[in-house]
Amino acid sequence: MSYQYNIGCSLNNLKGVREFIRNSLKGQGVSELEMGAIVLALDEMCSNLMIHAHHCNPDHKISMNIHISGHQQFVFEIIDDGSMFDINQYQEQELDSLVHEKRKGGLGIRLVKSIMDKVEYLREDGKNICRLTKTI
Amino acid sequence: MVHIKRLQEDGADIIAIIGEIDASSSIELDLAIAKSVGDGYRKILVDCNGLEYISSAGLGVFMSYIEELKDKKVYLVLFGLKERVLNTFSILGLADLLNIRETKSDAKKLVDELSV
Repeated sequence: MSYQYNIGCSLNNLKGVREFIRNSLKGQGVSELEMGAIVLALDEMCSNLMIHAHHCNPDHKISMNIHISGHQQFVFEIIDDGSMFDINQYQEQELDSLVHEKRKGGLGIRLVKSIMDKVEYLREDGKNICRLTKTI
Repeated sequence: MVHIKRLQEDGADIIAIIGEIDASSSIELDLAIAKSVGDGYRKILVDCNGLEYISSAGLGVFMSYIEELKDKKVYLVLFGLKERVLNTFSILGLADLLNIRETKSDAKKLVDELSV
């Protein structure tokens, strides 16, 4: 089964993204805690993309695809045509130093890496595809 | 969308968060805490009973105040977190850096002990 959701790059649309994910994963045997974690990771990826690659321009569109195969394997793809930022290349700062520097940011990527099994980047037909995989 | 209410009880400022905190709404939380600290409260309780969701933007707000509150001897305690919300704090290890209690009375007790 596959689901698709298209969104303009406004942070006000994040709520809709979260609802789309919850609805798509309903009835798939995902516990409330796991559901919460998956929704969180994808919210983080979308908000990062909206802010950093699209400067929250609502005319810029991103797409999210969800592919659900048997054995409770979920593949999420976030597709856009902005500048690509590979979170695998990003070295997170230690929590202590973020606290010390009174930083507000720097936590999202850490969350995504802790929650998802794999994060890959591909380029197809001039588009960036960020593919996140999670097996429950 | 998030709705934030402040009320005062026994010398503590209580910030109640109702709704969801994400990148679009974390500023509201930031302003509420800044206002509470600015008003001179040394005991701040954050009522999370109505908090349905928090993303890293909201966690970042709490994180960014840790040092400032320590310097100013202001004590902040969160209570009433739903399991899935608490889980978000725990994934990052932030649950260990913040004061979190289950109930309002436990939170009051802790903030009273800390501020002695």
